[in-house]
Amino acid sequence: MTAAFRLTDSTLRDGSHAIKHQFTVDQVRAVVRGLDRAGVEVIEVAHGDGLGGSSFNYGFSGIDEMELVRAAVDEAENARIAVLLLPGIGVKDDLAQAADIGASVARIATHSTEADISHQHIALAKDLGMETVGFLMLSHMVAPSELLEQALLMESYGADAVYVVDSAGAMTVSDTMERITTLKNGLKCGVGLHAHNNLSLAVANSLAAIGEGIDQVDGCLTGLGAGAGNCPTEILVAACDKAGFETGINLTDLLDVATDVVRPLSPNQGVIDRDGLMLGYAGVYGSFLLHAKRAAEVYDVACDDILLELGRRGIVGGQEDMIIDVALELRQATDDGDRSK
Amino acid sequence: MTACAIMGSGNIGTDLMYKLLRSNELDLRALVGIDPQSEGLSRAADMGVDISSDGLQWVTQNADQIDLVFEATSAGIHRSHAPEYERLGLTAIDLTPAKIGPAVVPGVNLERHLDAPNVNLITCGGQATIPIVAAVCREAEVPYAEIVSTVASDSAGPGTRANIDEFTKTTSSCLEEVGGATIGKAIMVLNPSQPPIMMRNTVYCGLQDGFDPERIIESILQTVDEVQTYVPGYRLKRPPVFEEGPFATPGGAVATRIVVLLEVSGEADFLPAYAGNLDIMTAAAVRVGEALGAARAGSAS
Repeated sequence: MTAAFRLTDSTLRDGSHAIKHQFTVDQVRAVVRGLDRAGVEVIEVAHGDGLGGSSFNYGFSGIDEMELVRAAVDEAENARIAVLLLPGIGVKDDLAQAADIGASVARIATHSTEADISHQHIALAKDLGMETVGFLMLSHMVAPSELLEQALLMESYGADAVYVVDSAGAMTVSDTMERITTLKNGLKCGVGLHAHNNLSLAVANSLAAIGEGIDQVDGCLTGLGAGAGNCPTEILVAACDKAGFETGINLTDLLDVATDVVRPLSPNQGVIDRDGLMLGYAGVYGSFLLHAKRAAEVYDVACDDILLELGRRGIVGGQEDMIIDVALELRQATDDGDRSK
Repeated sequence: MTACAIMGSGNIGTDLMYKLLRSNELDLRALVGIDPQSEGLSRAADMGVDISSDGLQWVTQNADQIDLVFEATSAGIHRSHAPEYERLGLTAIDLTPAKIGPAVVPGVNLERHLDAPNVNLITCGGQATIPIVAAVCREAEVPYAEIVSTVASDSAGPGTRANIDEFTKTTSSCLEEVGGATIGKAIMVLNPSQPPIMMRNTVYCGLQDGFDPERIIESILQTVDEVQTYVPGYRLKRPPVFEEGPFATPGGAVATRIVVLLEVSGEADFLPAYAGNLDIMTAAAVRVGEALGAARAGSAS
C-alpha cells in the first residue's frame, strides 16, 4: 500500500530551537539512524532559523550546521536530507554548499505575505536539482485566498510543493481545513502542512489535512520544536494507523528513537505551559518563546506581557531583536510607574 | 553649485529628487528614466525638473552639462552604465548594490574617497547601522558585529525584493570593511503590518572584557547626532544596553554584547514617513554628492 502522504521529520531543524541550537554530531547521527530505520523518507537538518541562522539574534549553533548536514547525509541509507532557508537570513551560497554536501530537498521559507523574496532561492534550488518546497510562515495571519496568491507565486518560481506553516500554533481545525482545501484546489503542485502544538491541535490539524488529501506533513520526535512544540511524529503516525491512513512508517522504531535519543534532550517536551499557550492564543511566532523567557528574566518583566505586546505589534518571524525592544519598554513603563507612586 | 542628474525614476530616484532640490550645493539638471509613463518622471515634470526617458543616451548627449550622476537603477544596469560614465569623465554615486567603487558612509570613511570616480552607498540597512558599528569600533575591539534591518513591506520595491541576497551580503561585508568589525553579519526582514511600521535597525556588537562602557555610549550618542544632521528622523529607540553572555560568535567567544535599537522615520518626500529606508539612502547620497562635488570643484580650480 502506498503512503497517504509524505512525512518530513524536522526534529533536527525545528527541534533545534528547543535545545538552543546545540545538536551534536552524535545526536544527529542517532536521530537520523532511528528515523531512517523507521522508514521516514525526508529528514530536515539545519539551525532552527534555517541555514545561516547562527547569530546573536537567533542564537549561535553549537556545531556548524554544515557539519551536521554532512553527518546526516552520511548516516542516512534511504532517507533524503532536507535543509531550510529563510531569504534575508541565509543566502544562496549556503544552499549551494548544503547541496554540495548532499542535501537533496530545499525548503524556502518566507512570511505568508512575502513569497516574492523566495524567487531566486527557489530557482537556484531547482537548478541544483533539489526537490523544492515553499514554506509560508505564520499562515494564520492571512485569509485563505491571500495565502493561495502567495503560494501561486512560489509555484510559478518552480516549487514542487507549498506548505501551510502554522508557526504560531494558532490555527484551529477549521482554519487549517480552509487553507489546505484552498491551496489543494488552486495549485497544481503539492501541498503540505507544518503544525505547532500551542493550542494542543497539531495532531488534529494534521489528521484533518490528511483527510483533505494533503501531500506532505511535518513532524518532530516528541514534538521537539519551537514554542510548545511541533506535531509529534510518533503520535501522528500512531493516530494515522488508527484512522486508517497508511504512513509506511514503523511505529515501534519511531518510539525507540523518540524515547531513547530525543526525550532525554528535553524531558518536559509536550507540556503546554502558560507561555506556550500564550503564543498560540496571541498568534506569536513560536521561536520567540525561549528568547522571550530570557529577556523576561534579564529585565525582570513578565514573559506573558512580552508575548502579548509582540502579538499586538504584529511582529513577524525573524524580528527576535524586538523581544529586547519590548522588554526594555515594559521595564521602562514599570520604572516610570514606580517613580510616580 | 555642482551640476548633477539622477538615473532611475523609481522609489529611490524620485525621493532623491526632492532632497536634491533642497540642496544649496547641488544643481539637479534632470531626472532620467526609461519609462515615459513612470510616476517619478511625471512628478518631476510637475515640479519643473527636466525629464528624459532616453536612459543612458541622455547622459551621453548631455555629459558636458553635468559633473555627477546618481545611479538609482539596479546593480545590473549600473554595471552596464559605469564604463560610459567613466569615459565621459562623470563621477558616479551608486545607490544600487553593484559596488564597483569603494563603499562609503558619511562620517565614517567618506573623506578617504573624495577623489574616487565611482562610490557606492551600500544598502539602506548599511547606512543605518555601519555608523554605529564604527562608533563602537572606535572605542573597543569588535570581533563580531551583527545587524537586523526591518522595513515595512510596502516600502520594499521589486528591486529590493528580487535582490535580498545582495542586500545581506553587501551589508555583511561592509560591516567589516567600513564599520571595522572583524566579522559582520546582516539580516533583513520585511514586516507587512498595516499601518506600516517605521524602519527599525538593531546593532549587536560582541565585546571582549576590558571595554569602557561609558566611552562606547558616548561615541554612539555622538554618532547619532552626526547622522541626524543629514537624516533628521534617525534616532535611538532606547538607550543602548550591555547584555552578559557568554556568546559563541564566529569571531570568537565574547563575554558581553551591546544592543543598539534604532528607528528611522523619513521626511515623507515620495513615500510616507514609515519608509525611513528610502530616506537614509537618499539623504546619504546627497551628503556624499555634496562632498564629492566640492572636492571636484576644489581640484579644478
